[in-house]
Amino acid sequence: MSMKVTIRQVDSVTVVDVSGRITLGEGCTQLRELVRDQLSKGNKWILLNLADVTYIDSSGIGELVSAFTGVAKQGGALKLLHLTKKVHDLLQITKLYTVFDVHDDEARAIGSFEKTPSA
Amino acid sequence: MVEVTLESDLKNVEVAEEISRRVAGAAGFNEEEQHRIEMAVHESMINAIWHGNKNDSSKSVWLRFQIHRDRLEIRIRDQGNGFDPKYIPDPLADENLLNVSGRGIFLIRSFMDEFRVEHINGKGTEVTLVKRLSSENQPKQGGSDREHESHNSTG
Repeated sequence: MSMKVTIRQVDSVTVVDVSGRITLGEGCTQLRELVRDQLSKGNKWILLNLADVTYIDSSGIGELVSAFTGVAKQGGALKLLHLTKKVHDLLQITKLYTVFDVHDDEARAIGSFEKTPSA
Repeated sequence: MVEVTLESDLKNVEVAEEISRRVAGAAGFNEEEQHRIEMAVHESMINAIWHGNKNDSSKSVWLRFQIHRDRLEIRIRDQGNGFDPKYIPDPLADENLLNVSGRGIFLIRSFMDEFRVEHINGKGTEVTLVKRLSSENQPKQGGSDREHESHNSTG
């Protein structure tokens, strides 16, 4: 199953519902282009909902890191929502869990962007 | 034992994952362990296709899964020139934490009990992944290694 995304705008936050596989190839490319596209539209607050992500590999983790740093460089913020146990465990063992701002509640996650210094 | 030769194409990564999941299940690993083994095979396949065979689909990747009484042993061989895992930077070091790449071997090592790399002259580079079965998952009766089907495919 390849990666699929649905994009919703909630207030000033772009919520991206991701499902399927974020792996080397199509999944990573799609995520990279999506983030680039949102930044070009001026959408700098991005919340990635990973609830339906079935698989993520080392390249997918790298793509999340790249998106995180890329958005931050543009003065925005990229946060993660609803990690599956598999993704949670991967971020833990790669010591990235504390790097990302991870949320379990969408409303609170969206509210947290308002506290982000710049957008 | 399951032995398969796949065309060096990223589409075959999922084929290798499927085989590894089934073999790991047959060996007695639980669902979480099956996923970890599947991920280790996924990362090894990516390395073999992308780094070893340089994404050349005229090359192939050979895999062998062997269930022993106390462990599952997986060998994956590409046709590349090999690498020395000693020289791969530590992805957990502060200066590497936000690197985009360099976590594949680390994940394989995290998920498996043993990881070895060997360059075989004239053949390519072979990695060996070993996952040990916990004592409660080992077969109750004595005996030698468990044999399974063997087949070849060009994927």
